[in-house]
Amino acid sequence: MSEAISEKVKRSLQDLGIGDEAAVTALLGELRATLDRDLASGQDAETLRIHWLGRKQGLIGAANDNWLKTAPGPLKRVTGKLINELRKHAEESIDALKNAATQELAGERVDVTLPGIRREIGAHHPVQWVMQEIEEIFRSMGYSVETGPEIETDYYNFEALNFPPDHPARDTQDTLFLAGSGNYLLRTHTSPVQIRTMEKQKPPVRAVVLGKVYRRDAPDASHSFMFHQMECFAVDTNVSLCDLKGTLNEFTRRFFGPHVKTRFRPSFFPFTEPSAELDIGCLICGGSGCPVCKRTGWVELLGSGMIDPALYGFVGYDPEKVSGFAFGCGADRLALMKYGINDIQLLWQGDKRFLRQFR
Amino acid sequence: MKIVTSWLREFVEIPASDHELAEKLTLAGLAIDGVETAANGESVLEADIGTNRPDAMNHYGLAREAATIFDRDLKPIRPTFQESSKAASDVASVEILDADLCPRYTARVIMGVKVGPSPEWMVRRLEAAGQRSINNVADVTNYLMLENGHPLHSFDLDQVAGRKIIVRRARAGETMETLDGIERKFTPDHLLICDGEKPVGIGGVMGGQNSGISDRTVNVLLEAAWFEPKSIRKTARHFGMHTDASHRFERGMDLNFTGTATDRAAELIQKVAGGEILKGRLDAYPNPQPRAVIELRRKELDRIIGVQVPAAEVLRILRRLGFMPDELGYGNWKMIPPSWRLDVTREIDIVEEVARHYGFERLPDSLCSWAGGVHRPPHAAMERVLRDTARALGYDETIAISLVPEAKTRRFSSEEPAAIGNPLSAESAVLRTSPLPGVLDAVLWNLNHGEAESRVFEVGKIYRHAGNAYEEPPTLGIALAPGDFLHLKGDIETVLDQFECAVSFDSAVGVDYFHPGRSARMISGGETLGRFGELHPRVASEYGFRQPVWAAEFFLDPLYRAGLRVPKHRDLPRFPAVDRDLSLIVPDSVTFQSLHRQVHGAGIVNLREIIAVGDPFRGEQVPQGHYSLLLRFRFQSSERTLSDKEVNDEAVAIVMALRPLGVTLRLESR
Repeated sequence: MSEAISEKVKRSLQDLGIGDEAAVTALLGELRATLDRDLASGQDAETLRIHWLGRKQGLIGAANDNWLKTAPGPLKRVTGKLINELRKHAEESIDALKNAATQELAGERVDVTLPGIRREIGAHHPVQWVMQEIEEIFRSMGYSVETGPEIETDYYNFEALNFPPDHPARDTQDTLFLAGSGNYLLRTHTSPVQIRTMEKQKPPVRAVVLGKVYRRDAPDASHSFMFHQMECFAVDTNVSLCDLKGTLNEFTRRFFGPHVKTRFRPSFFPFTEPSAELDIGCLICGGSGCPVCKRTGWVELLGSGMIDPALYGFVGYDPEKVSGFAFGCGADRLALMKYGINDIQLLWQGDKRFLRQFR
Repeated sequence: MKIVTSWLREFVEIPASDHELAEKLTLAGLAIDGVETAANGESVLEADIGTNRPDAMNHYGLAREAATIFDRDLKPIRPTFQESSKAASDVASVEILDADLCPRYTARVIMGVKVGPSPEWMVRRLEAAGQRSINNVADVTNYLMLENGHPLHSFDLDQVAGRKIIVRRARAGETMETLDGIERKFTPDHLLICDGEKPVGIGGVMGGQNSGISDRTVNVLLEAAWFEPKSIRKTARHFGMHTDASHRFERGMDLNFTGTATDRAAELIQKVAGGEILKGRLDAYPNPQPRAVIELRRKELDRIIGVQVPAAEVLRILRRLGFMPDELGYGNWKMIPPSWRLDVTREIDIVEEVARHYGFERLPDSLCSWAGGVHRPPHAAMERVLRDTARALGYDETIAISLVPEAKTRRFSSEEPAAIGNPLSAESAVLRTSPLPGVLDAVLWNLNHGEAESRVFEVGKIYRHAGNAYEEPPTLGIALAPGDFLHLKGDIETVLDQFECAVSFDSAVGVDYFHPGRSARMISGGETLGRFGELHPRVASEYGFRQPVWAAEFFLDPLYRAGLRVPKHRDLPRFPAVDRDLSLIVPDSVTFQSLHRQVHGAGIVNLREIIAVGDPFRGEQVPQGHYSLLLRFRFQSSERTLSDKEVNDEAVAIVMALRPLGVTLRLESR
């Protein structure tokens, strides 16, 4: 009786009324029979090990403590011998059981090199992904997110950005105009949002803008009449060209990684003065010169500059008190460069084979 | 433009290689895109000069920049030649009638030139710069425009009636044939150069056929003028003529250089074509225009640049560039900008000159300090949730071009689309009024490129008229193939679940592009939130699909107004639920929704949920005009474990409640 025996191990031999070798042998026989039943019962090896050999509650340990230690001198030897035999038998049998179980499981082995079966999740659009990343970089640097309409007026897209009517600088931004309405156009850059933001907010202003823009460019591998821009600007007391340079370098390192090389050089834009462009070391050749960078080792990344004081006149800021910088570039271009995409048209086709590379 | 380095080096001694020169110029804001070797072996810089720097679109102007970079002297332009005793003013005259469009017109007269081939050195430079040699007299004007930038024009003086030049606005309807052989008709907006009888050139754009230099020319009138940039730009655009001269004049030339320009031209013509230079210039400059003095304050210089550029360095840079600053004390200066720098009119422009020659790369990086919070547009977080949900449901995100062919967007909207006045093509003639074409195009593309399945979505704007202005409401478009109604509806419900918005569905889609039987409308607060279903087979086939395609359109404003749903916790049930499945025979006129309403109206206390198991079934064993539907009724109490009897009693009550609708148990009807 297993239950009985599990109670018996808690008591001493004297308690059990056992005083000779035959009785000891019978008692241990009973314990062994219980063990053999357990071994055959289909319980798993670990449960059996704890039950029989466990350091604290193991039956064999209890027999050792309660029977052997209290056995009268003449019975000590035979009791010890029988308990040791039993322990050995238990250890061997349970180990054998354990090995058998392991082997049985091992027989169910899978081919771990087979491809996993995936749950279908949708793909990111690479441009949307890049815009999200840019937004997060600038938000973490204290820039708010601003938006504006894509159908803009000449005032916001050009005039208030210091592109006077009939100015040659307008030639660089071939514009799509809305039919009939005269004054409306598709914004050629995200810079109108600079004016809209400054109109509604007093300095300090720090903002990042992401959105669609349009130019009348014939589509090819690097041109598209719709694309995306990111734009960032800050206006406050004492914002300087050094702040612009530091901010650009910080952004570039966060976006492309810490090892990217940059070059900051003067340029011209109607809405910034001084104006600058940022080049980055060609990601294709690493700066040694290749067709992508026209063998210069540098690729133009973005246009920037100190916001032209003329703009402050349009929004009621005092250029003697505040200064600021602005910069912007094609978000699609950033995606193309970051992911090594060689044709901008791939971005608009919705091709699954393309998009699923961005999961 | 192409800059021949040996030519540039004539004006300044440059202690650097051509490649180093190219890099230094680029870093000073004069972008050099490459250093190349011309066919004749000359080393050539490919310069990309910004529209604000017409003064640097020539060899001398770039030499001035190099002189500033390397701190070397720039060789001055000082033409030397022998004038004859005969005065030019005795032979010809120049008069300006419309000085607002042409403030200055300067000319020289050279008699007895011999038109012929140009000398080899000149041809070599012109070719290296990408120009073809014509003849010695014509080449001089082209050569000098490359050398110092100022456009020149030479007339055959004997073709100039009355040997008289009159600069005036055109009369309406006046015509002239330009040098390119095209007859042009003018309006009073256009400025003409005329002789005693007729027009002989469009001011600042192109000369006339009637008065140009020919092989027979012996007497030459050479002119250099200054034209009002805006007027030049308008005229050039009006005639679609973008000439080297108009390109420069519309960006602004040097008003004080016309004299030197004609002198230099006279010197060079005499050198290469002989002739006698008559005494004196003919210089019409009725209203001399002084330029304003600009102050440069140390405070402003430091505030904008962010580091202190030493005074000696400021002075060095400005002097090399041709500014003559006067000290005002306290580190401030005043100066009149050089006449060739029309782009410099304000203090900030001078700050830029100092900064770019100090070197942007020398500036230390800093980040401007900042206090306060950041915000996003109210929709940003919701748009993010929409996109994440759609992707989690297995839809790929697309971005479609917002400009579409008119017919395509009209198919999916009755709105009058906003049309582009100057579209690139009919394929991009209007702005989309529906999110559907973009996502349908993507699915079609994928099916046509060997994919068996495609599911896409786009969160984007549509565009429409709003009175005299426009609005750009946000939308979500979804398209998929293959698909089925209930799976699509399930996806839509998952999307809607993200918002605090009670939505109901009906089949009054109200548009003709969805399948009339397999489409639905989403309504919230009486407003149509969107529609979805199978695309009408005819529309699908017109679109190019050879299989059923499913789509959904959401107008997001009502959802955005509702806001994101904030989950509310309910205590978890402590007692088990019990299900009873009932197979029902339902008249065709009765919808699941009316069954649902009927049962819930019957006061079945422990009924928690009704689940449709499997699709409605019509056919054998189901009477005509009916369908069979298997429903699972889930019963649960928050107080105790329900007994079989309680559940059975409620199930019977459900069946009884449905009787009035003509609904019977399937077993019963057998």
